[in-house]
Amino acid sequence: MKRRRSAEKRFRVYGLISVLFGLLCLVVLFGDILSKGLAAFSQTVIRTEVVLDADYLGLNKNSSSDEIRAANFEGLLKNHFKEMVQPDGRKERRQLYSMISAGAAWQLIEAVQANPGLIGQAVTFDLIADDDVDQWLKHDRGVEGINTRMSEVQIAWMESWIEQGMLTTRFNTLFFTNGDSREPELAGIHGAIKGTFLTLLVTFLLSFPIGVAAAIYLEEFAPKNRITEIVEININNLAAVPSITFGLLGLAIFINIFGVSRSTPLVGGLVLTLMTLPTIIISGRAAIKAVPPSIREAAFGLGASKVQVVFHHVLPLALPGMLTGTIIGMAQALGETAPLLMIGMIAFVVDVPGFINDPSTVLPVQIFLWSDSPERAFTERTSGAIIVLLGFLVVMNTAAVMLRRRLERRW
Amino acid sequence: MKKALLTGAALLASVMSTTAQAQRDYISIVGSSTVYPFSTVVAERFGKSTDFRTPKVESTGSGGGLKLFCSGVGDATPDITNASRRIKSSEVELCAKNGIDEIVEVTIGFDGIAFANSAKAEHMSISRKDMFLALAKMVPATDGSETLIENPYKTWKDVNPVLPAKKIEVLGPPPTSGTRDAFAELAMEGGCKQFPFIAAMKSDDKNKYKAVCHGVREDGAYIEAGENDNLIVQKLVANPDAFGIFGFSFLEQNADKVQGSTVDGKLPTFDNIAEGAYPVSRSLYFYVKKAHIGVIPGIEEYLAEFTSERAMGEDGYLADKGMIPLTEDAYNEVVESVKALTPLSLKK
Repeated sequence: MKRRRSAEKRFRVYGLISVLFGLLCLVVLFGDILSKGLAAFSQTVIRTEVVLDADYLGLNKNSSSDEIRAANFEGLLKNHFKEMVQPDGRKERRQLYSMISAGAAWQLIEAVQANPGLIGQAVTFDLIADDDVDQWLKHDRGVEGINTRMSEVQIAWMESWIEQGMLTTRFNTLFFTNGDSREPELAGIHGAIKGTFLTLLVTFLLSFPIGVAAAIYLEEFAPKNRITEIVEININNLAAVPSITFGLLGLAIFINIFGVSRSTPLVGGLVLTLMTLPTIIISGRAAIKAVPPSIREAAFGLGASKVQVVFHHVLPLALPGMLTGTIIGMAQALGETAPLLMIGMIAFVVDVPGFINDPSTVLPVQIFLWSDSPERAFTERTSGAIIVLLGFLVVMNTAAVMLRRRLERRW
Repeated sequence: MKKALLTGAALLASVMSTTAQAQRDYISIVGSSTVYPFSTVVAERFGKSTDFRTPKVESTGSGGGLKLFCSGVGDATPDITNASRRIKSSEVELCAKNGIDEIVEVTIGFDGIAFANSAKAEHMSISRKDMFLALAKMVPATDGSETLIENPYKTWKDVNPVLPAKKIEVLGPPPTSGTRDAFAELAMEGGCKQFPFIAAMKSDDKNKYKAVCHGVREDGAYIEAGENDNLIVQKLVANPDAFGIFGFSFLEQNADKVQGSTVDGKLPTFDNIAEGAYPVSRSLYFYVKKAHIGVIPGIEEYLAEFTSERAMGEDGYLADKGMIPLTEDAYNEVVESVKALTPLSLKK
């Protein structure tokens, strides 16, 4: 008796330890990502008043937006900083220019395009600083003995800017409104999120109807014979096929035979449909099976036909379960990179995709691309994008759980 | 449900047919992961400063890019492919077979390959011969006879008494990588050639020569660390005894964490690579399908942006990204040939 009790106790302790271990891993992972990634949500800017010299730019208040784009705003900014800081010699001048992001000139262009009346006036801008300045301010400033990429002159300039309140950080809205960029300070996830959304839309529109139809047919209408058995086994097998295989299949069929263009949400969605279908079919069949036979029998007893029974009675009751399965399948598709490698979605796309046949990337691919970039500032962007992706996953999985709670019926 | 199915199918069919017919209005670029950081910068600036859409750049590796590039002419095939090595004659033949007769070659600059370790460790000075002896699968016998034996060296000191008595541990890219090809060709073969009897092999048995000079040992001293150069840098920081092989741009970006070893008396610096003094450096290229110029909008303008002074020039923005620019004469030559769109002829 005593031995039995202690065995029970031991087993409980083992269980607790494994749960704690799992939790610990999760905490370490989240802690690491959060500590690295939260910095991605703030951005260093240089607040300064720039005179938009009409003569230098060759613009006037009636200039067209093409003329504005062609004007030398970069030169204007360089002159502005040169006068402000008075660098000594060519080398220092180059160092100074390298501290301002290439995006700063585009900021001016956008502002002037939106309001040509600004030309000739002195306007205060929050100019985006280069990623090296950003990294220095966030991580390296005041740390003894650290070997930063900034020179002593540059650090002296930055310290004086901080004293004057010019160098500050603000919330990084660009991270959410920009597409990809090669300049870390300008890179954002808008393009990737839009691409993910379009890809998942295609996946959902295709896999949900097909998956539900297949589940209903297999469960309710299919004759029990060899062929349906083979189909069933294969569906179960497909759920376990490595996802890269679906990518190869997509490359061979959709791109090479049907000529769908590479790198588009359309082809991505098609490939992910192949991947999520088995999940949806299997969960759909389980949901149909869970509908008690008494409901079916009652409907038959009232003279309903087979199709009426299925569509009026079984399907509405099984739908919550099917939706849960679909959401879980979609969440799986959301985090998938491997099959997309083969169909050209590992691409540098700056423009935010507008429709399902525009070139685009998805979030996990964006993370993969950034993790491979030499610039150090991309490390925190990578973690930042991971946080956003995890956020989406949590939302989708919570939705699945809530849906199940809300709609589930007990018999 | 039926309605949804039908509309879904109709939508899909219409999209399929439009994508098949619609003219692509953006440039499609594929190719080397080494050139990717540079061509994306140009693509981005090009998209921002012109009315054209931003080109799409895929990172497929040099070989994969050329395969896609040579698969035919038309919308579905890429217009430009980047390469961290020159196009091979077999690839030119493949292109010709698929109807691509005229290719424009553009040399864009140089990339150095760094042999580096953690900045906290001692700086190393090494020759290409030492590198070959330390990393090759087969090395000349230690007794001085002209035979090849399995690599017996365990520490750097075994290879050359002036080197430290540390275990040989080198992290580098896998064989699919262009960086690995270039390292084998420039560093290992460079050291391998210094043995007269192996050099003599080149004229007798070219395949064997290549196998000896390019064969990397597989007993754990050379660790394939994947294509991600950032990962190699991180591992070097964690392990001060290890060395890593990666592109110069990563060395430059992480100058506070890793240091490049001196190779044959030359440090991997910007100036040394630009002068051609640093031995482990290679040229970077891209190839343009001439048949697509004038069909896909923006190719000529993209070429003009890439070869402009502010991009490829000595102080251009590509140099800021870690690319080593061409010498002035070579640069002028490139600009001329791009203006004239001179097709590639392999008899150079």
